Amino acid sequence: MALGTVWVFAELSQGRPATGALELLTKARSLGAGAVEAVCLGPEAREAAAELGRHGAATVYVATDPGFSDLLLGGPAAATLAALAVERAPDLVLLAGTHAGRDVAGRLAARLDVPVIANGLDVEAGEAITVTTSIFGTTQVVRTEFGSHRPAIALFRPKSFTAEAAGTAEPRLVEIPAVIEEQDRRARVVDRSPDLAAGPKLEDAPVVVSGGRGLQDPANFELLREVAGLLHGAVGASRAVVDAGWVPYSLQVGQTGKTVKPTVYIACGISGAMQHTVGMKGAQRVVAINRDPQAPIFKLADLGIVGDAVTVLRALAAELRSREG
Amino acid sequence: MNVVVCIKLVPDPNTPGELEAATWRLRRDLADQVLDPADECGIEAGLRLVEAHGGEVRVVSMGPEKALDAIRKALAMGAARGVLVSEEGLRGSDALTTAKVLAAAIGREPFDLVITATESTDGYTGVVPQAIAELLGLPAVTFVTAVASDGSALTVTRQDEGGSARIAATLPCLLAVTAGVNEPRYPSLRGIMGAKSKPLERLTPADLGLDGLGGASAGQTVVAVTPAEQRRAGEVVSDDGTGAHRIVELLVEARVI
Repeated sequence: MALGTVWVFAELSQGRPATGALELLTKARSLGAGAVEAVCLGPEAREAAAELGRHGAATVYVATDPGFSDLLLGGPAAATLAALAVERAPDLVLLAGTHAGRDVAGRLAARLDVPVIANGLDVEAGEAITVTTSIFGTTQVVRTEFGSHRPAIALFRPKSFTAEAAGTAEPRLVEIPAVIEEQDRRARVVDRSPDLAAGPKLEDAPVVVSGGRGLQDPANFELLREVAGLLHGAVGASRAVVDAGWVPYSLQVGQTGKTVKPTVYIACGISGAMQHTVGMKGAQRVVAINRDPQAPIFKLADLGIVGDAVTVLRALAAELRSREG
Repeated sequence: MNVVVCIKLVPDPNTPGELEAATWRLRRDLADQVLDPADECGIEAGLRLVEAHGGEVRVVSMGPEKALDAIRKALAMGAARGVLVSEEGLRGSDALTTAKVLAAAIGREPFDLVITATESTDGYTGVVPQAIAELLGLPAVTFVTAVASDGSALTVTRQDEGGSARIAATLPCLLAVTAGVNEPRYPSLRGIMGAKSKPLERLTPADLGLDGLGGASAGQTVVAVTPAEQRRAGEVVSDDGTGAHRIVELLVEARVI
């Protein structure tokens, strides 16, 4: 059965399409779909359309109701997408597995009574639509086929695909009505507090220096920051120290945090639970420093140092400073 | 404030998982089965709200007979009663089917607030809470790190990739809480003894008016499971004072300095 229309739900990030949307559009172009289209909802949706077009969206559906940013995105976006899906009958809806993406996908699946597959790493369309995921800390690859319900809805882990522009085509812009249910007006955003970190973004940094419980004391994250600064990199963290309140969630790397693919990942005092390794195993090189020679992180490290992370980091900072001289 | 908390029995997250050869379902006979640690935070959040504002915590779960253990633990922590929806045909249910069952179990009685974890530790699709909210017509505040209430409205902190937001919500609504929201209590001896006399109801999907759910009727089928290509371990050395220098050498080789 030939694949009909594929939609990419395009989240906005500071007025621009989020990277995840561009990654998914790039992938959607390769699926042999009848049409690749994007749906972008938010006050700046119109301005984002051109970049979505450059990445392969022939049509961009936009709605600019302030409710998409003043309220939580999940409810209004799912209701708006569902109404449009009933009218346009896409075969497949791709979403980035961000917090907002998960909110939209879960509600959309329930609203349309169609299945949803989460944590996708790849998608193929042949006789059936097949999504690849991984389990057990990415040791096993699972292929799951959608049945006959349409649209099929799939969420993908960030960086599953590499975003590449396709050209300069101006997409067709279609204004659609926002659908906002009364229930969704009962939860509204009072204020937002961005986590401001110096240096490059964790997701984009060429070097990530991450810390876990093995650092022993939240104050030792300062040392991590210093090393990351000297390497023009970013600081990451394990879930254990985020849950313990040492550092904000925005630093968390792993299944429930960010996915990073730096040139070098340095794990300091992180044991290497699956929860964490899912988010960093795509790094080109992995360095691990841990006291416990049995720590699972050493199984995927190119260089493992058995020792005290704080001692090694102090020596590393000193050597990097002397190189800068 | 009447709070319903969704909970799940999962294989102990500290033991490695394995799949059944024939069905590619998670083997549940290997590890100890425990109340999902993520759900303990949801139970704790519910208990704190009813302790401050009155009402009770009801827990609902879908799973095998053994999930009664998870419910008993919730009752021992302080929940007032529990419901288990169980049927062989529900094994291997997808996220939407799970949400339909839980939503039906929640909606049997009036409630003010539904609390879930953000995702289960074993299946982690992370879309069940949102689907439940949609089915019940509730706003959903997900990825919650803090909850405050005056008894009728909620002020909630929600985290996302770039920071956090304060959300004002009125009841009824659904909260999906992270592990950072609180430190769950341990059941007291008195709580454990008291749990034995608390009401524990067992239902089938048919009791909830749901037929033909899950299993073969699910909209997705696993067609293959294969080992993933693994990173190969490199060199592991003891830090004899040269560890930092070895790291610098690797950084130079990788051309990041």
